[in-house]
Amino acid sequence: MVTFLFYVFAAVAVGGAIGVVISRSPVGSLLSMIATLGSMAAIFVLLEAHFLAAIQIIVYAGAIMVLFLFVIMLLNLGHDYQKDLKVGAFSLVSFATVGAMAYVLSRQLGAADLSDSGPGAAAIDAAIAQHGVVGAIAQPLYTTYVVPFEITGILLLVAIVGALVLAKKNVA
Amino acid sequence: MITEALVLSAFLFVIGTLGVLVRRNAIIMFLCIELQLNAVNLSFVAFSRLHGMDGQIFVFFVMTVAAAEAAVGLAIIISIFRHYKTVDVGNFKLLRW
Amino acid sequence: MYASLAAVLFQVGEAASAGGQEAAESGAHFEPFLPGLIVLLPLLGFVLNGVLALRHATRSAEAVRAGGELDLDEGGRPLTHTLPSLIGPGVLLLAFVITSVNFARMLGAHLEEPVVVTYWTWMATGTFSVDAALQLDQLSMVMMMIVTGVGFLIHVFSVGYMKDDPGYPRYFAYLNLFIFFMLVLVMGASYPLMFVGWEGVGLCSYLLIGFWFSDREKSDAGKKAFIVNRIGDLGFLVAMFYLFTTFGTLDFVPIFAGAEEAFAYGGALVTTITLFFFLGAAGKSAQMPLYVWLPDAMAGPTPVSALIHAATMVTAGVYLVARSSVLFALAPVASATVAGVGVLTALFAATIALKQNDIKKVLAYSTVSQLGYMFVGVGVGAYSAGIFHLMTHAFFKALLFLGAGAVIHSMHVAYHSTHSHEDGQDMRNMGGLRKHMPITCATMWIATLAIAGIWPFAGFFSKDEIIWQTAAFGGAANAPYPALYTVFWLIALAAAMLTAFYMTRMMVMTFHGENRTGDQEEKALHEAPAVMWAPLAVLAVLAVVGGWVNVSEHLRDSILGLGPLTSGWLHEWLHPITEQAQLIQDLNLGVLAESAPIVGGGEVVWAVLSGAAAIAVVLVSFRYVGGQKIVPAAEDVEPIGFAKVLYNKWYVDELYDRIIVQPILALSRFCWNVIDVGIIDGIVNGVGFAARGVGFVVSMFQTGTLNTYAFILTVGVLIILGVSIF
Repeated sequence: MVTFLFYVFAAVAVGGAIGVVISRSPVGSLLSMIATLGSMAAIFVLLEAHFLAAIQIIVYAGAIMVLFLFVIMLLNLGHDYQKDLKVGAFSLVSFATVGAMAYVLSRQLGAADLSDSGPGAAAIDAAIAQHGVVGAIAQPLYTTYVVPFEITGILLLVAIVGALVLAKKNVA
Repeated sequence: MITEALVLSAFLFVIGTLGVLVRRNAIIMFLCIELQLNAVNLSFVAFSRLHGMDGQIFVFFVMTVAAAEAAVGLAIIISIFRHYKTVDVGNFKLLRW
Repeated sequence: MYASLAAVLFQVGEAASAGGQEAAESGAHFEPFLPGLIVLLPLLGFVLNGVLALRHATRSAEAVRAGGELDLDEGGRPLTHTLPSLIGPGVLLLAFVITSVNFARMLGAHLEEPVVVTYWTWMATGTFSVDAALQLDQLSMVMMMIVTGVGFLIHVFSVGYMKDDPGYPRYFAYLNLFIFFMLVLVMGASYPLMFVGWEGVGLCSYLLIGFWFSDREKSDAGKKAFIVNRIGDLGFLVAMFYLFTTFGTLDFVPIFAGAEEAFAYGGALVTTITLFFFLGAAGKSAQMPLYVWLPDAMAGPTPVSALIHAATMVTAGVYLVARSSVLFALAPVASATVAGVGVLTALFAATIALKQNDIKKVLAYSTVSQLGYMFVGVGVGAYSAGIFHLMTHAFFKALLFLGAGAVIHSMHVAYHSTHSHEDGQDMRNMGGLRKHMPITCATMWIATLAIAGIWPFAGFFSKDEIIWQTAAFGGAANAPYPALYTVFWLIALAAAMLTAFYMTRMMVMTFHGENRTGDQEEKALHEAPAVMWAPLAVLAVLAVVGGWVNVSEHLRDSILGLGPLTSGWLHEWLHPITEQAQLIQDLNLGVLAESAPIVGGGEVVWAVLSGAAAIAVVLVSFRYVGGQKIVPAAEDVEPIGFAKVLYNKWYVDELYDRIIVQPILALSRFCWNVIDVGIIDGIVNGVGFAARGVGFVVSMFQTGTLNTYAFILTVGVLIILGVSIF
């Protein structure tokens, strides 16, 4: 059942990803992206990363994608439908490169001998049993990774200020 | 299922790369970058099955950075659009020799 | 000015010599008295005078900027100009007094082993270690007495000679520095320390030759001296390296103690070492083929010529050979080379001196010639004779140079009074100076008789001993090349006659006959002031009695002896130094000959003969030159024939120019035009062009399009991945 669900969501995710690349309209791309993100959230659940699945939906699909959507609508893009795919030699070379990358990755994955679950899964299960789904991730976040966590806060603050300065209309 | 997840991650990453290479719309390029980030996230989650909670913590940080990046990146796109009236990166050639 | 200073010093000296006597009474124990101070005092003088010189230069520059110049007239002289007169000779006098105290103490003690005073470890790397140590023994003591004593007299002379020179404090700073390095040279207890002094005196020589550096010719002469000396210094260094690989140390005491064990008699290694040492000595002591710098060195102030280029520095090579007497005694081939080069130089320089008209050039070639004699002495194993001639030569040649300095001073003032641009050093412009400068004339005649080898002046005894030893050495039972030494002996005799001739010629041209200076100028000719003639008088006394300290037994018993006045003191005094070399020589050569080669005759006979011949040559040449018509330089014609060859110094400078200087210049031009401009610049420019070309090609990738950048990024990632995987 889990495997079946995984393949279903995987198919949706890949389809969405292809949609992102080939859709002419930015809005189409965006919607395909949301489909991909949603199915990835489902796969996160299957991989027992429940908290991340929730965040994926709330932050990515919810906040970030809506931000993109706002920008697209603000700039009034998507009406021109003009062809912006690069064609010709460059795209051929791009495909070749990407093919090479796929080859490298598949070769690596084929060579790798990965069992279905390792010690990590047991540890995660134990943490969830002890602290609950949120607590399991919050525990290391506020102890071991507290300094990067705080720095992330500063990064977000800087990003806010930066975005404001950049996007503000030049009054002068 | 870890292997499958990694294969899926590879697929998504490759598609995202392709998108960055072949699209000229800045916003869609940006979306493709987000796609690549997500592919990597998936790898992290899959690996956390092997090595523990740290992978998921990393995904958390990636998402935060992605959010910040999206905010700044979109702000840049807006200011570029104000200037060029387009988001086609083929027109931004100031860095050309 | 020095009276009170001298009184204080005298007391100190007396107290110290009293201590020395005590030491003598208590037994054969030598206690060095402040040996470090002897070296440090001239250094102190250099520092003080150097500070004054800098201050002086600053003030002169200020005065010139203000539109005038520093007032150097009598009375208004600044302190920077008057203080060096006290400091310069003062430190020397102090050093001389301390040296004398040490000398007195050593006289009292029967020193068999050298006393080495170690101060600190100068450098220690791996197995190599050199101490800053001074060696006090009979040889270094003689040298110290000469350097500080003659040095002091020349400093005093300089006070008079240089007093109007704007560079006066600088002059004394250099002179003090020279004495410092010279003392390091003779007192150092190891070859490296000696080398420090060796290089240091070379530096001071360069600085003082080019003292009037604004004159291109003079600064060039300084450079020539420095560069030619470098060739010799290379030999010194190579010899030191060889010695180090053999002994693992460069201190004198262990090397000489172990030399007989380490080297076979006449072995290749010791011959190589001594030949390289001799190369160094030939450079420093102006022997063939490296003598060319010394005549040019006459560009310096005349007291400098007296001090550096006659009395002290140029004798350093002789000192080196005498110091290394053990090594040279083990290397008969090298010793024969030393003697051969010495005798050839003696003859060669003497022939050039015959036709020189510049009074200092005559003396310069005479110095080269006399140095040749010293090398003959140390080359035939008569080390004490070589040092003896070094000492007497220091007296009479310093006297001659200082006398020439007094003459030049007077001539300069004379020509200055009429603003004439005639050459004040050209003897053709002199003549008849005797009545204007009686003291100078008298003292210089004493020196001339001494150098000519007239009995009983100093040069007679020292030169005669060398010539005799050459003959005796060649006639030794197992002498290596008896015929060769016979030739050396004959040449030495001939050169001695030439010496008598050219010195008499110089004296006659300068002091006798009609005056050729000019009618107006003649009125300005004058005797040198007391500060200048007093050192002349002292040196004149030494030039007479200096030879009496080392008269061989045979001569003392003959009619040439002066009874109790003469002694064989120096020979016995240096005995501990030369003993080892003497033993080696006796062992391998056997007994020296008692009679001269070919014609026979003992030492006394030949001494009487050569003395009589010298007198004859002096008298004859006095008449001959006096009878010649000499015209002033401006009216003189170029000599012709063989005289022209001698006048032009055998064209040696021209020859060196052809075979060494011009090829080097050509090579340098080749290096410049082909290697530097062509190859090196070509490479550098090529790199530049290549960088620009590559940059142009690579800039094609800068399309400004984001997709391209992303593509390149991806390719980069792929490459890294591929490298790490495959």
